[in-house]
Amino acid sequence: MHIPDGFINGGVSLGAAAVAGGGLTIAVRKTREFLEERQVALAGLVAAFIFAVQMLNFPVAAGTSGHLIGGVLAAVLIGPWAGALCVSVVLMVQALFADGGLTALGLNIVNMALVTAVGGYAIFVVMRRFLPRTRSSVVLASGLAAGISVVMSAAAFVFEFAAGGTAPVSLQAVLGAMVGVHTLIGIGEGLITAATISLVLGVRPDLVHGAAHLPIGLADTPRGAVTAS
Amino acid sequence: MVAGLAVAIGLAMIAGPWASSEPDGLTKVAEDQGFASTEKEHALEDGPVAGYEVEGVGNEGMSKALSGLLGVGVTFIVGAGLFAVVRGRSRREAGGET
Repeated sequence: MHIPDGFINGGVSLGAAAVAGGGLTIAVRKTREFLEERQVALAGLVAAFIFAVQMLNFPVAAGTSGHLIGGVLAAVLIGPWAGALCVSVVLMVQALFADGGLTALGLNIVNMALVTAVGGYAIFVVMRRFLPRTRSSVVLASGLAAGISVVMSAAAFVFEFAAGGTAPVSLQAVLGAMVGVHTLIGIGEGLITAATISLVLGVRPDLVHGAAHLPIGLADTPRGAVTAS
Repeated sequence: MVAGLAVAIGLAMIAGPWASSEPDGLTKVAEDQGFASTEKEHALEDGPVAGYEVEGVGNEGMSKALSGLLGVGVTFIVGAGLFAVVRGRSRREAGGET
């Protein structure tokens, strides 16, 4: 999903960088406001974990692979804005490994960090509202939202490609192909996200931001009651 | 916390041989739809860790594992550092621009 240099022209890349900058500024403000002290090290760990899992490409269809984006996973663990910051850190480090273009960093932050963590989390919240207040609901909603977030991310690329693609190819074909293959990758994203959230809910439910609404004892200890992490 | 970091490092270090080396979704679509050729060379293509391989390490598996360890370590330090700085400012009610 990482856009390399050259796919999208300079103007649209610059525009995306501005959107990314604006989004990250909001993310920093929201994180400053809402992130609890005990979540600081967890946030670093979430970023490190996403970096690691993004290295594990899984095969999807013939001759194609995909990997976790992790936006919804991060958002459900530490909140959408801190989650977006997490994935952005991952993308910046990956650019040093020549994974994802330097001029495309803004595009990649928009598609892979903001659209998934903030947009995907919004879907998670809506789904959660229609499900019973249980751990299983949190797991199910995070998995479904994660899967959908990958397709949203692919659609965002097609939008940028329509505005600033440098090759004269059929947009309709690109849209169909991107949504098609990323629906399959989204299934992987959903499964990995659901499994990870389920695991964390099992051992440290108090660390799951997206489960903070659950009745005390079922998933959460009172906020601030846990000092070690 | 330590266990989590160990899991992340472990995953990154074994990723090389386990990960699929097929092109990812976007790369594949670019090839099929005929815009893969518009890709420009990455400015850090000749960098010391380009393509998740550490320059100067002959063994490919070792090179990939090392880059995984390096990437996870850097990401953790940068991430935790960033969040600590962001959090720290709120305590002083700095309110300044980022």
